[in-house]
Amino acid sequence: MNTIKSYNPRAIIFWIVALAHKTILNKLWLIKVLPPLLLIIAWETASQLGYLKPLILPAPSAILKAAYYQLKSGELIHHIGISLYRITKGYAVGAGLGLLLGLLIGIFKRFDQATTLLLEFLRPIPLFAWLPLIILWLGISETTKTTIIAIGCFWPVLLNVIAGVKTVDKKYLEVALILEKNRYQTLTKVVLPSALPSIFTGLRIGMGMAWGAVVAAEVIASTSGIGFLLMYSREMWQPDITFVGTFAIGIIGLIIERIFNFIEDHLIKWNKSNKSSNRKGRLK
Amino acid sequence: METLETLFIENLNKTYKAENGDVQALKNVNLTIKPGEFVTFVGASGCGKSTLLRLIAGLEIDFSGDIKLGENRIKGPSINRGMVFQEARLFPWLTAEENIAFGLVNEKLSPQEKKKIVDEHIELVSLSGFAKSYPHQLSGGMQQRVSIARALVNYPKILLLDEPFGALDALTRLQMQQEFLRIWETEKTTVLLVTHDVDEAIYLADRVVVLSSRPGTISKIINVNVSRPRDRSSEAFSEIKREIYKVIFKDDSQLLDYYI
Repeated sequence: MNTIKSYNPRAIIFWIVALAHKTILNKLWLIKVLPPLLLIIAWETASQLGYLKPLILPAPSAILKAAYYQLKSGELIHHIGISLYRITKGYAVGAGLGLLLGLLIGIFKRFDQATTLLLEFLRPIPLFAWLPLIILWLGISETTKTTIIAIGCFWPVLLNVIAGVKTVDKKYLEVALILEKNRYQTLTKVVLPSALPSIFTGLRIGMGMAWGAVVAAEVIASTSGIGFLLMYSREMWQPDITFVGTFAIGIIGLIIERIFNFIEDHLIKWNKSNKSSNRKGRLK
Repeated sequence: METLETLFIENLNKTYKAENGDVQALKNVNLTIKPGEFVTFVGASGCGKSTLLRLIAGLEIDFSGDIKLGENRIKGPSINRGMVFQEARLFPWLTAEENIAFGLVNEKLSPQEKKKIVDEHIELVSLSGFAKSYPHQLSGGMQQRVSIARALVNYPKILLLDEPFGALDALTRLQMQQEFLRIWETEKTTVLLVTHDVDEAIYLADRVVVLSSRPGTISKIINVNVSRPRDRSSEAFSEIKREIYKVIFKDDSQLLDYYI
């Protein structure tokens, strides 16, 4: 048998288009990756054609090259490491205090009343309004940066913890009351679990604030860290390195956010249903 | 299982403080409920039937008169009085079995004994296979079953239900009424159930207490001397229904006008 199947060329093109269409639309990651990819291609093309000045906007390939050398020399990792170390310290202090104080304020009415005025007065002060005072007291030291980071993440953690503890549904409290649970049992079995999503939101926003605060603090007052790398490379007229630093901040921020989402999804399984239904329920 | 006791309600008055003066929610309520009896309360909304239940539960202790379970005056909530609300009020962070076990936290029992009691009650409310499910994975009727099981794990002397099937769809409600009768016959506890569904009240109860509005007083108590299972379309059932409607509408001249 030597029958050769004859193909209609139009049908072939149709199937190729259909297949491409299907693969692209069904692959979520492709939809996510495509826009930034197109942007980079356009950017690179414009640079190669000479439309963009390398000293103002270096080509993606130049940035990539700079990233490679920065990674190879270990300088980028060194600065990122320093920044992450500072964040860890500042976050531990700021988020820790926020969590502790938030729980005390949420649980004890007297404590809440005693701190209301003080907190209402301090809260509107912007983070960097503290900087001159902190430098005055502590100089340009590690403690200065830790303090700025701690203040930055303190507020979102505090406010969300208070909100979480205070907004526990009275109906749940009645159930605990009827089943003769004491204050401690009600707190650990009802109030805290119900506040957990809100507490986690605070911790996540706080981490975002901490990351922003460390970079800003390093830009202003530091001789190391990722923020310093940005400022220094700008002064040295090395915009490709400035870009490497800026993008590294974005990537690390993204990774931190992902880690928090992962922990949250596994820790608060019962709340997951709400979230995923939101995602599914979005209008197309 | 503890022995059941008679519930005495004597000269009960309850007033709420409101912005424009006091509102009397309950006035001169006198009622004695026998051990193991099934009593339902019907009346228009605002007649104080839920308030009455909350007082018996001990959720509100600011009232005049007496509520006694056997010899003991009710001074606050106690696990010898279980309560089921209109919303199942399950903790979303606990599975069905953990929600039920929440009722047992104070009991001095070994984990095995607790597990046994919880399993028995899951079986009792026909939820075997759903023990590990979270509330959001259960239907409204199933959630209410968990809620009933949670109220029953301590073997309460009285089970209080505040419109427990009110939020369910009509068919599920009928099914739950049947199921609940079966549960009551197994557990043999005293049941007080508040509803605004006259059919439901008659179908379930030994006695139906009709309350009138503002201030809430007992208009009439009707014995349902019909053997179970009851046929909602039977003559005896309709007769009782007519009697109850007569009491409810006599109460409200506006509605009477409307009827004429």
